Amino acid sequence: MKRTKRLTRLALLAALALVLSYLESLLPSPGIPGVKLGLANVAVVCALYWLGPLSAAAISLVRVVTVSLLFGSFPALAYSLAGAVLSLAVMSLVKKTGWLSPLGVSVLGGVTHNLGQVLMAALLLETPALLWYYPLLLVSGTLAGVFIGALGGLLLRRGDLVEDRER
Amino acid sequence: MTEEGKQKFRIRRDLLLILGLLILSALLWLALGLMPRGGVAVVTVDGAQFGRYPLSRDRQVVIPGYDGGENLLVIAEGAARVTEADCPDKLCIGFGAISRQHESIVCLPHRVVITIEGGEESGVDLP
Repeated sequence: MKRTKRLTRLALLAALALVLSYLESLLPSPGIPGVKLGLANVAVVCALYWLGPLSAAAISLVRVVTVSLLFGSFPALAYSLAGAVLSLAVMSLVKKTGWLSPLGVSVLGGVTHNLGQVLMAALLLETPALLWYYPLLLVSGTLAGVFIGALGGLLLRRGDLVEDRER
Repeated sequence: MTEEGKQKFRIRRDLLLILGLLILSALLWLALGLMPRGGVAVVTVDGAQFGRYPLSRDRQVVIPGYDGGENLLVIAEGAARVTEADCPDKLCIGFGAISRQHESIVCLPHRVVITIEGGEESGVDLP
């Protein structure tokens, strides 16, 4: 892929991630800590498949930092970052093995995102008992991952349409 | 193998993964449900213990948070919950009522952690 095209796609997906974060902030929240749809991860999953792990990491980082500055509080940043880093690492590795489709990759991304957050919380607050909160997040993370993966898979399959229009 | 055939196997593994994760979470949840009911709610603020409250005695405690905010801890019917807080996200209220050992409630902005510990305690060491 040409560098300009690559850069454009990267910027497009980063913007998409931000808009999706904003969109999700407009939706009613379930009000249960850690339970979240994570709509913006659609853009991260697409970036992982279209542009590779480094680009996906860049988009994820830009999103986490910008969203924390725009809509969130500072303590939230450490938790978001821990979740984003762990999930991206796991998703990149699993994608490389070729065992799973984007759906499975996204599901693993969802549950490891929550795992990263809980681990960071247990570490920062020095309360290992917080890990007992994870089973609940394992359910919500799996379901969110299925939704994000299905949506991302849909976009990935439509990707060649974007390609055609560019010509 | 054709790309289509590979994709079919991937989707089969996806479904197995999802099923496995749901079963795992159900088992973990069951394990937490089988934990004995705890005896005391232990409250820490910014890592320092603020108080220990037996679940057997109904009461309300205002917990002063790290940054000057407040959380209202209510102990009733053998369970602890936070019913009011002046933090922006109010996620501590979303944790609901806790009564099993190891269950916890966290308020990140106020650095308040409430954890259930075992054992019946007398009211001797209450602040």
